[in-house]
Amino acid sequence: MEISPLIIFLAAIFTSNILLTNFLGMCSYLSVSRQIESSFGLGLAVFFVLTLTTAINYVVYHYLLIPFDLVYLRYIIFIVVIAAFVQLTEMVIERISPVLYYTLGIFLPLITVNCAILGVSLFMVIRDYNFLQSVLFGAGSGLGWLLAILALAGIRERIRYKFVPVGLQGAGMSLIVTGIMALAFIGFSGIVVIQ
Amino acid sequence: MMNKKQIFITSAFTENSIWKQILGICSALAVTNLMENSLIMGLGVIFTITLSNFTISILRNFIPKNIRMIVQTLIIASYVIIVDIFLRAYMPEISTALGPYVGLIITNCIIMGRLEAFAGKNKPADAIVDGIGSGVGYTLVLLIISFVRELFGFGTIFGVTILGEWWTPWSIMVMPPSAFFMLAILIWIVTTPKKAKKGD
Repeated sequence: MEISPLIIFLAAIFTSNILLTNFLGMCSYLSVSRQIESSFGLGLAVFFVLTLTTAINYVVYHYLLIPFDLVYLRYIIFIVVIAAFVQLTEMVIERISPVLYYTLGIFLPLITVNCAILGVSLFMVIRDYNFLQSVLFGAGSGLGWLLAILALAGIRERIRYKFVPVGLQGAGMSLIVTGIMALAFIGFSGIVVIQ
Repeated sequence: MMNKKQIFITSAFTENSIWKQILGICSALAVTNLMENSLIMGLGVIFTITLSNFTISILRNFIPKNIRMIVQTLIIASYVIIVDIFLRAYMPEISTALGPYVGLIITNCIIMGRLEAFAGKNKPADAIVDGIGSGVGYTLVLLIISFVRELFGFGTIFGVTILGEWWTPWSIMVMPPSAFFMLAILIWIVTTPKKAKKGD
């Protein structure tokens, strides 16, 4: 069945949030979420890279890998595309806008190893999306990730001066907060469904 | 210099990637609703980490410093492709269940971390032991989490019914939030005595 791209977009943000239901991009999510500003910078960078690499990987997969019967090489090709794209973006941004470079640029190297980026490209292949669906899926996942890390950063700023059991300080507490957020997001699940 | 046994114990338990360094938890959370999936995923990671550790260790004096990241990624990706093809050929059902998470072994920070921290500086034989150790430590955490989730969520262990008809499955246990809670609780249990001993 053909799913409307707009529905995929909304579902990627709310009902199947890339981080809260698929657990992708956890490493940088936990380590960078101390402050709202830096979380916002990283979130924007993820959104930007995710949207464009999904588009590029779609083109590469359907017009290069399938015709030449090289589908089994997709992991290597995808990761190289992502690494190359991130490197390129970093250079372009540094040249064009130093201001943007200071907000986004420092986070770009972190993104190559963010599993959300590779994960979205792999989901796109498994779920057999067309081009428009893939791009909106990428954009929606990026926005969903941005939303999740902003929420966690906001909560962590509040929690800093509260009492937290010794063993839970740091990552443990963030995981519990994330679990409660994931519970809250289940409340959205009646709106739209994709699989 | 540590001997093989010490290396193994250090990388599997005392410096366990998940509870000590909070690395590689994406897949630790995603595949742990069933023990069978967790075990296969763990074996895949053990295979990948051991062989890439070995490969990097052999090549450690030949890889130029500034391109080592991309070399590491490509070596990991090659082994992951082997795992993926093997799973699709011999265990198609598990391969479907694991979905993209097999491919995501590539971006699992544990492997990158071990290559960077250990294999780049040590002899091939030690690197193999370290790889197996880290992989076993990782698999162990996966199995602990999935044991609890599968037992309460489905009333089964490895698909065998343990809790009978009278048990009402806690559907929350197979849903995403419980993965976060379980990992948090595990980290809590493991780190509390350690921090208490330090006196802070």
